[in-house]
Amino acid sequence: MPFGNTHNKLKMNYSSEQEYPDLSQHNNHMAKVLTPEMYANLRDKETPSGFTLDDVIQTGVDNPGHPFIMTVGCVAGDEETYEVFKDLLDPVIEDRHGGYKPSDKHKTDLNSENLQGGDDLDPNYVLSSRVRTGRSIRGFCLPPHCSRGERRAIENLSIESLDLLDGDLKGKYYALKNMTEEEQQQLIDDHFLFDKPVSPLLLASGMARDWPDGRGIWHNDNKTFLVWVNEEDHLRVISMQKGGNMREVFTRFCTGLTKIEGLFKERGHEFMWNEHLGYVLTCPSNLGTGLRAGVHVKLPNVSKHEKFGEILKRLRLQKRGTGGVDTAAVGGVFDISNADRLGFSEVELVQMVVDGVNLLVDMEKRLEAGESIDDLMPEQK
Amino acid sequence: MASSFTRLISRRNTAVLLAGLGAGTMATGFLLNENNSLVADVKKKLYPPSSDFPDLRKHNNCMATALTPAIYARLRDKLTPNNWTLDQCIQTGVDNPGHPFIKTVGCVAGDEESYEVFADLFDPVIKDRHNGYDPRTMTHPTDLDASKITNGMFDEKYVLSSRVRTGRSIRGLSLPPACSRAERREVERVVVQALAGLEGDLAGRYYSLGDMTEKEQQQLIDDHFLFDKPVSPLLTCAFMARDWPDARGIWHNNEKTFLIWVNEEDHTRVISMEKGGNMKRVFERFCNGLKQVEHLIQERGWEFMWNERLGYILTCPSNLGTGLRAGVHVRLPNLSKDPRFSKILDNLRLQKRGTGGVDTAATGDTFDISNNDRLGKSEVELVQLLVDGVNYLIECEKKLEKGQEIKVPGPISQFKK
Repeated sequence: MPFGNTHNKLKMNYSSEQEYPDLSQHNNHMAKVLTPEMYANLRDKETPSGFTLDDVIQTGVDNPGHPFIMTVGCVAGDEETYEVFKDLLDPVIEDRHGGYKPSDKHKTDLNSENLQGGDDLDPNYVLSSRVRTGRSIRGFCLPPHCSRGERRAIENLSIESLDLLDGDLKGKYYALKNMTEEEQQQLIDDHFLFDKPVSPLLLASGMARDWPDGRGIWHNDNKTFLVWVNEEDHLRVISMQKGGNMREVFTRFCTGLTKIEGLFKERGHEFMWNEHLGYVLTCPSNLGTGLRAGVHVKLPNVSKHEKFGEILKRLRLQKRGTGGVDTAAVGGVFDISNADRLGFSEVELVQMVVDGVNLLVDMEKRLEAGESIDDLMPEQK
Repeated sequence: MASSFTRLISRRNTAVLLAGLGAGTMATGFLLNENNSLVADVKKKLYPPSSDFPDLRKHNNCMATALTPAIYARLRDKLTPNNWTLDQCIQTGVDNPGHPFIKTVGCVAGDEESYEVFADLFDPVIKDRHNGYDPRTMTHPTDLDASKITNGMFDEKYVLSSRVRTGRSIRGLSLPPACSRAERREVERVVVQALAGLEGDLAGRYYSLGDMTEKEQQQLIDDHFLFDKPVSPLLTCAFMARDWPDARGIWHNNEKTFLIWVNEEDHTRVISMEKGGNMKRVFERFCNGLKQVEHLIQERGWEFMWNERLGYILTCPSNLGTGLRAGVHVRLPNLSKDPRFSKILDNLRLQKRGTGGVDTAATGDTFDISNNDRLGKSEVELVQLLVDGVNYLIECEKKLEKGQEIKVPGPISQFKK
């Protein structure tokens, strides 16, 4: 909830049992981990900016979850949340990120030279390529907790830095509250415009407060590099283009991110990052690289194969519909992307996508020709 | 403005250091508190009230009309005894610029003290919403003596049902926008315990939202008693839907004429209703029930939030005073088509809604007609006003049926001096 020491202290007059949430209907990572004992130990703590345990878990209390999908059920209000509430967040992270331990170190690698291949995914099958991540600016509260003043400061900093990008990254900022009808329509047509969140997962965490104040979209003139300001994170950075040249997409991604980081540093700011959690973002699911590299790819035959799910699992990939995380595939076209975020570097994750998609396309061609794919079955990565 | 921000921000190293320090050395609670107040102070200096003032240029609600940068600057760093702030009061009004049918209030109270601590905002909002009622100079009359109502039996050829509702808050516990889970559960405990003491035609039962069976749920839906998790952003942005459905429930008497909602938009909403036109009996049961519940909670050392300035204290400023909406579902096929209908309602200080409630339009010829006002007139005055008004509307309807002329009545005065 809003910035400052602004939460109900009367609750400390009640016992921990009286305050403990009813999680009996719940199925999310927070509910699995938060015992009454843990709640008792953590409930009187707060981060320096005043974010409390109840603030962290509110979204998970309000959204019991789905019987088939495991949501995270907790968010960070600032960088210190991950430290002050580590008793809760470490096991959530371990559960969500495939056994990542509190002592593990995360490797960051944004050198696109280290990627092998990736420039020739077959464009007859791969329709588009995209890489996204998020960045938080150290010293500011995150979207669930920031004040209007902080959010505007983040926006101003971002505009100042992005305005200095040049070459093929040169572009323009469109504030959500100021854009003209024409600009809005163009951004919709380009599939760039983000709207006020409607998902109760986001609304219950306080991220949509004061909409659309301080929110906006920046993109380069070529429309291949895009930054969302103050949506679900301080910054969401997206590199994308039609076709199968993932290498080019990733190179632009790394170059752009590195330049932006440099520009922020010139102004005395750095991104939230540490050795253990990598890049720090609002949702624990996006820690580490925060990276989702994906393609829209035609796989009408492979997707009907009985081992499709197993193949994806072994390749450490996930499928979505082309409308995004909550949609189903249409016409045999899938969004295929890396399943992991933390514990692998950026280069490693993009490599997995490149290699995995190449394999899937090979499989597709085999099945088209009526041939078997048994000899192509991958090992578990 | 942007460049002065960035200059301020580039000197933030203190705050950054503190934040970094906090992260690495969270050994004891004492250290935490030291860091917290230091960081809070640094933040206050870095972000003067002007940097946090909301952008209200596209807004049309009472809060946006009343809140100036000067008022915001005076109030931003104040806290109620429960640590509730101005920003939390106004969040719903910032997030919801307007409503298609009504000018919304745009701010809520987190506790009884909000109306005092943030009086510089709430007083002008109250004045705007309640026809010039000035809490600084006026007092609100409370009168729950139903025997004073005259002509309270409507012609049932026209009036299909009669209903009176209000709200009550339990003093000493935070209101729905601010309450913790334990406080909310305490409200439920106090109220349910009191209701268990009701007898005779008021004897009844409590249904907790989280625990009810499918059958009970269906019955409550069929009776039109069940309330659901709020979907209106006016309410969700005011933090009222947190922890749903924990400690929410519905109590009603066996005869299904007296109903109480627990922890929905207020601590309690109290509703008396019947089919037909016997508004006098509906109001009698209303007053009787309220008095008994008040007595039962007082026996255990609790009381309702009330004061002379504002009457009964509720979450939304629009419900201060009596918090009372007395209304009927009435058929007015001819009058509703007459161009003078709205003016007649205005002058009688009545409002029309669809039979689905505040955000609906009327279908067919049946309207929900109720009193406009809440504060500055007593319960008896408002119900009498409704009774007289509806009787007048029915007279008009009958005249129009016979092809006779109707008159627009003169406007009723605002406050009795």
